[in-house]
Amino acid sequence: MTTIQRPDTLRRILDYSSRADPYPLYAELRRTPVARQEDGSYVISTYRELTGILHNPHLSSDVRNLAHPMPLYEERTTPSFINLDPPEHDRLRRLAMRHFGPPHTPGLVTGLEPALTATVSSLADGFAGKGQIDIVDDFAYPFPVTVICHVLGVPREDEPRFHVWVDAIVNSIDYDPKTDPKEKLDNGVQATKDLHQYLGGLLEQRHARPTDDLLSRLANDDGPDGRMTDDEIVSTAHLLLIAGHETTVNLITNGMLTLLRHPQVLQRLRNEPGLVVPLVEELLRYEPPVHIIPWRAAYSDITVADTVIPKGSQIMLMLASGSRDPNRFHDPDRFDPDRRDNEHLGFGSGIHLCFGGPLARRETQIALTELVRRLDRPRLVTDPPPYRRSPVLRGPIHLHVEQGGG
Amino acid sequence: MTSADNLRAFKRDGRIVVVGASLAGLRAAEALRAEGFTGSLTMIGDELGEPYDRPPLSKQVLTGWVPAGDTTLPRRRDIDAEWLLGVPAGGLDLATNHVRLADGREVPFDRVLISTGVRARPWFVESEAALDGVFVVRTREHAESLRQALAAGPSRVLVIGAGFTGSEIASVCRERDIPVTVAERAPAPLVGALGAMIGEVAADMQRAHGVDLRCGVKVTQLEGDAQGRLRRAHFDDGSTVDADVAVVALGGIRNTEWLRDSGLAAGVWGIACDTGCRALDLNGLVTDDVFVAGDVARCPNPVYEYRLISLEHWVNAVEQAEVAAHNMVSGQADRWPHLSIPLFWSIQFGVNIKSVGVPTFADEVAVTQGSVSDHRFVASYGYRGRVTAAVSFDNAKWLDHYRRLIETAAPFPPPCPTPDQPVDMKPVPVDFPGPTLLAEGATVVVTGHDPGERRVTSAQQHP
Repeated sequence: MTTIQRPDTLRRILDYSSRADPYPLYAELRRTPVARQEDGSYVISTYRELTGILHNPHLSSDVRNLAHPMPLYEERTTPSFINLDPPEHDRLRRLAMRHFGPPHTPGLVTGLEPALTATVSSLADGFAGKGQIDIVDDFAYPFPVTVICHVLGVPREDEPRFHVWVDAIVNSIDYDPKTDPKEKLDNGVQATKDLHQYLGGLLEQRHARPTDDLLSRLANDDGPDGRMTDDEIVSTAHLLLIAGHETTVNLITNGMLTLLRHPQVLQRLRNEPGLVVPLVEELLRYEPPVHIIPWRAAYSDITVADTVIPKGSQIMLMLASGSRDPNRFHDPDRFDPDRRDNEHLGFGSGIHLCFGGPLARRETQIALTELVRRLDRPRLVTDPPPYRRSPVLRGPIHLHVEQGGG
Repeated sequence: MTSADNLRAFKRDGRIVVVGASLAGLRAAEALRAEGFTGSLTMIGDELGEPYDRPPLSKQVLTGWVPAGDTTLPRRRDIDAEWLLGVPAGGLDLATNHVRLADGREVPFDRVLISTGVRARPWFVESEAALDGVFVVRTREHAESLRQALAAGPSRVLVIGAGFTGSEIASVCRERDIPVTVAERAPAPLVGALGAMIGEVAADMQRAHGVDLRCGVKVTQLEGDAQGRLRRAHFDDGSTVDADVAVVALGGIRNTEWLRDSGLAAGVWGIACDTGCRALDLNGLVTDDVFVAGDVARCPNPVYEYRLISLEHWVNAVEQAEVAAHNMVSGQADRWPHLSIPLFWSIQFGVNIKSVGVPTFADEVAVTQGSVSDHRFVASYGYRGRVTAAVSFDNAKWLDHYRRLIETAAPFPPPCPTPDQPVDMKPVPVDFPGPTLLAEGATVVVTGHDPGERRVTSAQQHP
């Protein structure tokens, strides 16, 4: 198999001009399932190769295993489990999962349902009498932020403070030293420091006066693996805070956009509330919130589809491309909420499978159900809508919808 | 009429009988309908009630978390079948294509699927097996009876046999804080399935959870009191254990006796079939109208030197059912071979154990990821320098990778390091009886001289 492709396909995908519709470029990329780039990194874009490498123990999530370390690395604080390998990854994820899901905390998401419904309902109350709504600012952003603040134990009223930091951090995720101003990186590093200081302050309070939130539970845990250090708790909280809203906002917004582009499905959802479950799965395949895992490292030589990726190479995983692979999904560019056998890559796969997936699913199911119930004859104002910068966490920055009237 | 016409007519209004209405039978029936079979479908099962799921019976049902009655298998589609339940099949007549039920009824078919599975091997002394407090676990009635006995707070439970089922039951006892003794003839638990090295880990786990584990011993007698209640067990080393509950977990017996006069290659080893799940007759000829799936099937696997392998795995039942169903309604050119890599799982003492491949088909084993002392690791198995299986303790997400290694005959031990490589990756002998175990054989009598008259006239198992 050749590993050379048109060198500009990836560059064009990362370029902002293709943000609204990167899918034709993904198809171009898939002609070379494992594509070596000029800088020596590798891009994997086909379903079988992606699932294969995501379960390959020779793939590392730790930047320290890159032959040419990431620009961001030097100034990083304690890495969170998303950037670690076993056994450290396993230990930290296990410690966090003890308070988030089965087997130790099986009822968390179900227990949150009344709060999710109430939050969604009160946001939708704000639509009344408004001719135009921004699905992002009026709904899809405030909802998951409220939820993750509640789960973690971060005061909701501090949102204006950490919003700035989160923006700067997300902005720096895809920092490219060749094209981006150094300032973009520096802002991300400074924001990380500020966010950690803020979260550290909250943690100190929880040591003194534990409440019922995740921060308190992590701070006071005494399970078989012992307790996370304060640095580890702060890194974990940082990860969950960012992942907990930067991704769900995209999923909900992409969902509403997709429904507006498929009015017959929108109408069906109004009449068949149960449809929302397979619909959200299809959404995770068709318009996922995370498009790319921007880098992983080859811990040792890895052979994928007859291509040997040398030890230390940077590997970029094009998850959203894999979920549109016609060799895995029939008619992949069709949005089909009745699709069977929908093992999409919307939450990744393997040991780093999305930690908050069960919560994100439920949030999005409740959000979309309420949106189609409460919006009165919604119509897209601009299609495509304006997008956020990031090709990694991809979604509209605003989604203006008209309702009611004529 | 062409064979294509015949096939169309059969799919439209042929008669299919499924003997054995559990997981494999149900999934096959659903797959037949999904394949477009619109003829008559008859499900024969010796148990009353709808098909149910067995893995929870030695786990969540015994802890009391899931009621035995809640294990009914989910239905993927309506199968529009006639159900003949509560009576086992008593015979198969391939001259006239009839299944004979134990009560004498005869059910005609054009094609038949045999998925009669296995039953629990009972305690070898009938009067002792009948004592109050002596259990096996195979059906949901068994599981419910044992659950009640455990809920009553026995002073001690004796588990006879430390295979997967026995070990899971011991784990449930410890979870419920019931004193438990496990008796195993082999040197450690799980040795027969996973070899000596993993057996040692399993033994550590049991002891760390307070199991009174006794290996290398044989239970010789179960002793009852005057009221016929179990009170004590005797071991071949002269020791005894007082217990009011004993669980006999000595594996299963394949339900093939009813096929004794059928002319099929059936016996205690199962029913031999080709990779298309078509049964072989005594002569080793492939039959056209008799298919086999699930625990009772003995199917060649090309990955394992084409040996005939019987597997009592949930996934195997499901996959064979789908292959069998497809082939029952497909022409020769469209037939599928059953080529999957075996997979099974267990949960015991808080650890998820999962395996891919055939661990008994190995001569060496090496820990390739994680830490054995933490009971979190992956071990891979090799046979003559290639990977043939892997077992994970709380590391199941990696097994897909090992499945690919098996499928591609990758070299053993796997050469490249991983971030969580163990301190010691050196392969050790696997220490089983060896691959010959898979091929426990039949003894046959061949008669006739000319190729046209050579026949196997009878087959027996080795004593």
